[in-house]
Amino acid sequence: MASLPARPAIAARVPLAGGVVVLYLSVIVLLPLAAVTAKAFDGGLGEFWEQVTQPQAVAALKLTIGVSLIVTAINVVMGTLIAWVLVRDEFRGKGFVNMLIDLPFALPTIVAGLTLLALYGSRSPVGLNVAYTRVGLAMALLFVTLPFVVRAVQPTLQEVDRDMEEAAASLGAGPWTTFRRIVLPNLRPAIVAGSSLAFARALGEFGSVVLISGNLPYKTEVGSVYIFGQIENDNVTGAAAVSVVLLLAAVLLLAAAGRIGRR
Amino acid sequence: MAIEATGITKHFGDFRALDDVSVNVPDGSLTALLGPSGSGKSTLLRVIAGLEEPDSGVVRFGGREVTHVSAQDRGVGFVFQHYAAFKHMTVRDNIAFGLKIRKQAKDKVKARVDELLDLVHLTGWADRYPAQLSGGQRQRMALARALAVEPEVLLLDEPFGALDTRVREELRDWLRRLHDEMHVTTIFVTHDQQEAMEVAEQIVVVNDGRVEQAGPPAEVYERPATRFVMEFVGPVTRVGDRVVRPHDLDIRHEAEPGALQAMVQRVVYLGFEVRAELLPSDGPALSVQLTRAEADELELAEGDIVWVRAGRAPASA
Amino acid sequence: MKALRFTALGYLAALILVPVGVIFYRTFERGVDAAWHSVTTPEAQHAFWLTLLMVVIAVPLNTLFGVTTALLLERRRFRGKSVLNSLIDLPFAVSPVVVGLALILLYGRTGWFGDWFADHGIRIIFSVPGMVLATIFVCLPFVVREVQPVLREIGTEQEEAARTLGASPAQTFWRITLPAIRLGVGYGVVLSTARALGEFGAVAVVSGHISGVTETATLRVQDRFESFDPVGAYSASVVLALMGAAVLLTMNILERRRRKVA
Repeated sequence: MASLPARPAIAARVPLAGGVVVLYLSVIVLLPLAAVTAKAFDGGLGEFWEQVTQPQAVAALKLTIGVSLIVTAINVVMGTLIAWVLVRDEFRGKGFVNMLIDLPFALPTIVAGLTLLALYGSRSPVGLNVAYTRVGLAMALLFVTLPFVVRAVQPTLQEVDRDMEEAAASLGAGPWTTFRRIVLPNLRPAIVAGSSLAFARALGEFGSVVLISGNLPYKTEVGSVYIFGQIENDNVTGAAAVSVVLLLAAVLLLAAAGRIGRR
Repeated sequence: MAIEATGITKHFGDFRALDDVSVNVPDGSLTALLGPSGSGKSTLLRVIAGLEEPDSGVVRFGGREVTHVSAQDRGVGFVFQHYAAFKHMTVRDNIAFGLKIRKQAKDKVKARVDELLDLVHLTGWADRYPAQLSGGQRQRMALARALAVEPEVLLLDEPFGALDTRVREELRDWLRRLHDEMHVTTIFVTHDQQEAMEVAEQIVVVNDGRVEQAGPPAEVYERPATRFVMEFVGPVTRVGDRVVRPHDLDIRHEAEPGALQAMVQRVVYLGFEVRAELLPSDGPALSVQLTRAEADELELAEGDIVWVRAGRAPASA
Repeated sequence: MKALRFTALGYLAALILVPVGVIFYRTFERGVDAAWHSVTTPEAQHAFWLTLLMVVIAVPLNTLFGVTTALLLERRRFRGKSVLNSLIDLPFAVSPVVVGLALILLYGRTGWFGDWFADHGIRIIFSVPGMVLATIFVCLPFVVREVQPVLREIGTEQEEAARTLGASPAQTFWRITLPAIRLGVGYGVVLSTARALGEFGAVAVVSGHISGVTETATLRVQDRFESFDPVGAYSASVVLALMGAAVLLTMNILERRRRKVA
């Protein structure tokens, strides 16, 4: 029997509960976003364009998108690899490692930035100083986006039918070939889902990059930091304009990956 | 309590699940809604239960209209194909649920639950969880749960569909005996015609959202109202352009008026029954069902030329 | 496989494990006393208290919203359902700084509602209410998205059975639906809590950084760092990291329970 909802089975009646939910959503999410969009075009399309094409803004946006892309690419590889090890390998302490993956979710971003700075900053115990560099910036983003691909791929990998791989092996395929032609295609939806979330997160990341990148304009200043700077300098319209660009990029990306509304 | 469903129509989006369906279930009877998947039989049951509201039509319980009364207030006992066990409650709490909702006294509840546990042979399992029970046990629990509140109507949606054959047969038997004892008006949905024939007093054959025929098993089997009913409720064999029951065909060694000449291709022994596969001189192969006695008398052998024609019961064209 | 394993472990060690370890080391570098002192100053205590206040307000509100919305999306048909479903994910697409900006535009002195609130003597920006709104924004999707799949998976049969047994919609919800979704709710609450604890960007914009008044624990970390008080920064981080570890452990326990039930 199809699982079509029959009569009201739960406490809430649609009109009341629905109304409250929509109101809550509007006040908390929609209204603020509307305000930003309105402000961005406050001075008309011309003003919007001028703000968005400021050299510093353009540099920030280019850097943000570029670094986010690179970081996402690394995540796809490392995330899949880590998921593979967690699902297919057995070793002592695997449970602990599995728990570790969620640390970036559990740790405040500012703390994440500080921890990376402690190890890879000016007082680095291993002599590796990436503070105020793009590498440092990338590392911060790698930290906060780590869980997305891993957690998206893990359950899918778990469910993949081993029989297929065994069949491939019996037909003469080596492990890498089997992975490439049999396993990977089955993981693609999960990888796409995970990496799109990672990318969207990287685009807007602030807390973890604020300390380690040094926020040097044109060098290591990302979009979110630029926006923050513009707010401090009372250029609210400029801040809003660049915000709209970042927002649009993230929304389009998530929609394209079928993420928005999929669940 | 007699149940009357009149002119029930139900759509799901563009799909018409029920088309002007009318069914009469006498008080205290045991009725089967029989039909293939997607025929609308489950939908009809759910409309009767109050789990779906029909687009049009009327449902009456004992003469009282209940079409728009919610499932909560209809006083029906409903048993689901996949048990719908309350996974987080023990067997005892599952069965007691309806009674607790009605705020009955604790000792009364315990007594009733114990009574039901005994009825369904689950006494030692009262404090287990559904996950620890077998499929058959879970369904017995579900039945006990439905009966706990003494419903006037008992509705079962393919209740044995998810169970092994032997368990299915046991429970079928058990349901029949339960009904004989308690005489609660019972309707059950099934796609298994044998089950319907074995258990029900009245069979309602449903197909494509419509009722094809309603009547006692013998009537539905022997005097099918439509081609569909004939083909669905029992085995059929085509002879020419007629459809006949394989055991209603007679084989003779001599020619007879109206008989078809055929060669015996194969004689299959199936224990008590024998199936003779014949190839007529004119037409596709057909099979005839005989009893051992009949087969022995005829002494059929492969390659024999025989004559076959429809026997006593009328066929459906 | 060994090579893969060591690559994975090496990557994780370099990126996560060792850095976190270094924080602990740096915190106690100047002695336990110094560390203890820096997290027990009045400003520090206020910061932690404020962070917890954010959590205590935002998470329950969000849980209520989350469960209600999940029920609406999974148990009802209505027009605009897919639109509602899409909107839930928006907070994932918004940078925290933009959230802060948006709130200023709405409730700041020159904002859309600035005058109204000022007239009624209510301060949103540079005050706790604004920070609460920011925290609620970023936590919004978590409970919904954890409860939705559970509701879908358990199906409506148990609820229908309860109805046929005479339970009202409210009784059905409390006795049947809620127990069935509690792991999903729990996990969602844990994720929301972690997010609320860690919120930085939005409150950085909205709070005004007034130490002792509108400085949360995360803001304090930045403040101490930029004031050349590394021990202060690291020790506050350790406290937050420990809270994070508690969250992590809870997530782990719930996840294992979930897999057992599945």
